[in-house]
Amino acid sequence: MQLALFSIFSLLMLAFALGVILLRNPVSCAMCLVMSFVALAAVFVTLDAYFIAVVQVLVYAGAVMVLFLFIIMLLDLREEKRRRVRLSAWVGGGLIVGGFLSALTQVISALPALDVVKPAVSHPMANDVALVGFALFRNFNLPFQIIGVLLLVSTVGVVLLSKKELK
Amino acid sequence: MSTQTAPWIILFTPLVSAALILLLGKFSKTLSASLALIAAITGCVLSWWLFNQPVDGKMLSLNWLTLGPELNLTIGVTLDHLSKVMLLVVTSISVLVFTYSLGYMRDEEGYSRFFAGLSLFLFSMLGIVLADNFVMMFIFWELVGVSSYILIGHYYSKDSAADAGKQAFIVNRIGDFGFMLGILLLWFGTGTVVFTQLIEAIPGLATAPIYLTIACVLVFMGTIGKSAQMPLHVWLPNSMEGPTPVSSLLHAATMVAAGVYMLARIFPILEIVPAAREIIAWVGGITCFAAALMATQQSDIKRILAYSTISQLGYMVLGIGVAPTSDVAMFHLFTHACFKCLLFLAAGSVMIAMHHEVDMWHMGGLRKKTPVTMFCFFLGMLALAGCPYTSGYFSKDLIIEWAVVKIPFLGWLVAAAAGLTAFYIFREFFVVFFGKARSEHAEHAKEQPITMLVPMLVLSVLAIFAGFPFIQDHLFKLARPDHELVPHLLHPLLYAMFFGGAGLSALLYFKAQKDPISIPLFANRLYIDNVYFWFVNNIQGGGAAFLSWADRWIVDLLVVQVPSKLTWACGFALRFLQLGNIQAYAFFFGAGVVGLLYILISK
Amino acid sequence: MPTLAHYLIVSGLLFAIGLGGVLLRRNILIIFMGLELMLNAANLSLVAFSRFNLLADGMPNYNGQVLVFFIITVAAAEVAVGLAIIVALFRAKQTTHVEDLNTLKF
Repeated sequence: MQLALFSIFSLLMLAFALGVILLRNPVSCAMCLVMSFVALAAVFVTLDAYFIAVVQVLVYAGAVMVLFLFIIMLLDLREEKRRRVRLSAWVGGGLIVGGFLSALTQVISALPALDVVKPAVSHPMANDVALVGFALFRNFNLPFQIIGVLLLVSTVGVVLLSKKELK
Repeated sequence: MSTQTAPWIILFTPLVSAALILLLGKFSKTLSASLALIAAITGCVLSWWLFNQPVDGKMLSLNWLTLGPELNLTIGVTLDHLSKVMLLVVTSISVLVFTYSLGYMRDEEGYSRFFAGLSLFLFSMLGIVLADNFVMMFIFWELVGVSSYILIGHYYSKDSAADAGKQAFIVNRIGDFGFMLGILLLWFGTGTVVFTQLIEAIPGLATAPIYLTIACVLVFMGTIGKSAQMPLHVWLPNSMEGPTPVSSLLHAATMVAAGVYMLARIFPILEIVPAAREIIAWVGGITCFAAALMATQQSDIKRILAYSTISQLGYMVLGIGVAPTSDVAMFHLFTHACFKCLLFLAAGSVMIAMHHEVDMWHMGGLRKKTPVTMFCFFLGMLALAGCPYTSGYFSKDLIIEWAVVKIPFLGWLVAAAAGLTAFYIFREFFVVFFGKARSEHAEHAKEQPITMLVPMLVLSVLAIFAGFPFIQDHLFKLARPDHELVPHLLHPLLYAMFFGGAGLSALLYFKAQKDPISIPLFANRLYIDNVYFWFVNNIQGGGAAFLSWADRWIVDLLVVQVPSKLTWACGFALRFLQLGNIQAYAFFFGAGVVGLLYILISK
Repeated sequence: MPTLAHYLIVSGLLFAIGLGGVLLRRNILIIFMGLELMLNAANLSLVAFSRFNLLADGMPNYNGQVLVFFIITVAAAEVAVGLAIIVALFRAKQTTHVEDLNTLKF
């Protein structure tokens, strides 16, 4: 049952991801991205990471995607015109992606420790959000504050960037 | 006003005035001259006041640099009998020469620059006199070098003056290099550079006499350079290119005396190094005689005096070498400062009257045109030649007595030099003031204004009386050799030398229209200048050419150009990778990451 | 039951797809989307590691999930700034095509 769910959502996620990079219309790309994110959230659920799954949907599928769509609409991007395909770019890109994948398979096939089956958690019904919150506020309080500052800085930066006249 | 603050005021007033002259001098010639004069008079008055004050307690000494625990440099003053006397000499002569300069420089260019230079010089010289340690003395020693460079090269648009300034500076560097090494050796041996501590610590070094001798001789090299002893004397005659007050103040009365003063300052150290004193005595004696020989065949009125200065400095150095107390040499320094300053001022007065003509064979018959100058020159000449009962007679004969007692050969040699002195100075006197006028300028010469005559008259009095016993006893603690030891022949011989030299000179030059004798060896200064010239041209020039070649081809090409061109070429090749395309960069980046992954896996 | 290797392979594939998008697409917006995919691939492997390496008390290692939380936050900030830059760029150049944005070269 779990394997089936995992397979379905993984395949969905990968398929939509492929859609992102293969479709020509930016709007369809963005929609594929949303679907990919939602499928990823489902994969997170199979890993018992409910909080992360919810955040994934809220932040990515919600906020980030809206932003993307917003910009696409704002810039009024249409379907790309077909340009001359640069063979060198495709070969180079393909080589790097292929090289990366082969390195990855080497690592995964070489390490037997990765073949573990998912162990059972001691308290299956434990409050996931509360536990993440404990870890966050007890062990990572300072980084959490710093992330807050980072968000503030980026907000200010965006406001500055969006001004009509950059001085 | 206390004895604590007075030396500092004396020291820094000239510096302040030099700075003010540089700032304000361009507005008014009178202002700059009076600033310099005020500084000199302040120093002079304070020095006279200070001379009669007992020195109370330790003098102020400021920490200047602390170079590790071993070397702590201070700036401090020393006030003892020696420095008080020297203060008197320096400031008094300065006042007179500054006054004289008012008249001498009245029509010259660079009027305020000249007075700024004089003030700076006075500051540096006073620094040497007051220094309480070797390093401070060395600093002011170099400052004296700089200010003399500025003053000798006053007419810098004239090639010979600019060259003379350079020569004085460079020749002095040679001596100063030895001086510095000597200071370092003494410091290395004793761990201090302060004179009083050094004198206390030196007996501990007596177990290493050779080390101590080398250190003292190296220190003496500073004197050889600054006091123009053989073989570094060549700069002094050439420095006569500067204005005459400069020659008078720097190259007769004060700056060249700094070398002798320094030896007197470290006299307690020299006393326990007999070998070094012997070397000092020989250098002084030989310089004294050789310079007198050279002076006999010069025709430039200032150069004769310059060689005479070298010769007299030889006496002083000899005095340090043979006499049991430094006061013997300091006594001659004192009298010499008076009469040589006078002679130079008189020569300057003649030059002004002659419109800057310096060849005495173009003069002649000036006794009627410039009687006061002639009179002053006459008195100065008597003192220089050692006419009995003038100042030079007392001081010079004392040194000769000691030399005869300690190193007889040198004694008789410098006694002969005394005769030569009388000969060459009377020769100059007769040629300049007697005979017929030999040029148009000489016929129309006029006496000089009062600002120039007054200092000369004051100095004339000093030249005659400065050596009299009551002044001797007041200023110096002289020691005389035992009467038994001095040969009875010596004093009659010295009288004979004076009258013989003067008489021979009168015989040959009284009515001479041109030089009746010609000795190329002396006229060409024993060819020492030629040797230097040959050395600089051939050996040093060859070395310089080689170094220039090495600089151009090895340093510039191999060390500088090749790496720079290589870097440039690499940069040129690499900048083709900068495509401006973001995906190309992503490609390079990804390729790097994948490559790194493979390296990590294959390990 | 899926093993850790399954998750890692899926994560690697997602990363490869994102990388391919960055390298091959020439619309700067799509490149940006590829970047987001790569970030998510990293998130997936982090969560997988957190779930498969239980702590001594038998609970997942929440440090990994906290890291994912941080990554999502940073990614949100990055998207905001990045998109603002793209808008500014578009204003100046009237294009989102990377081959037309090549003024930064010698």
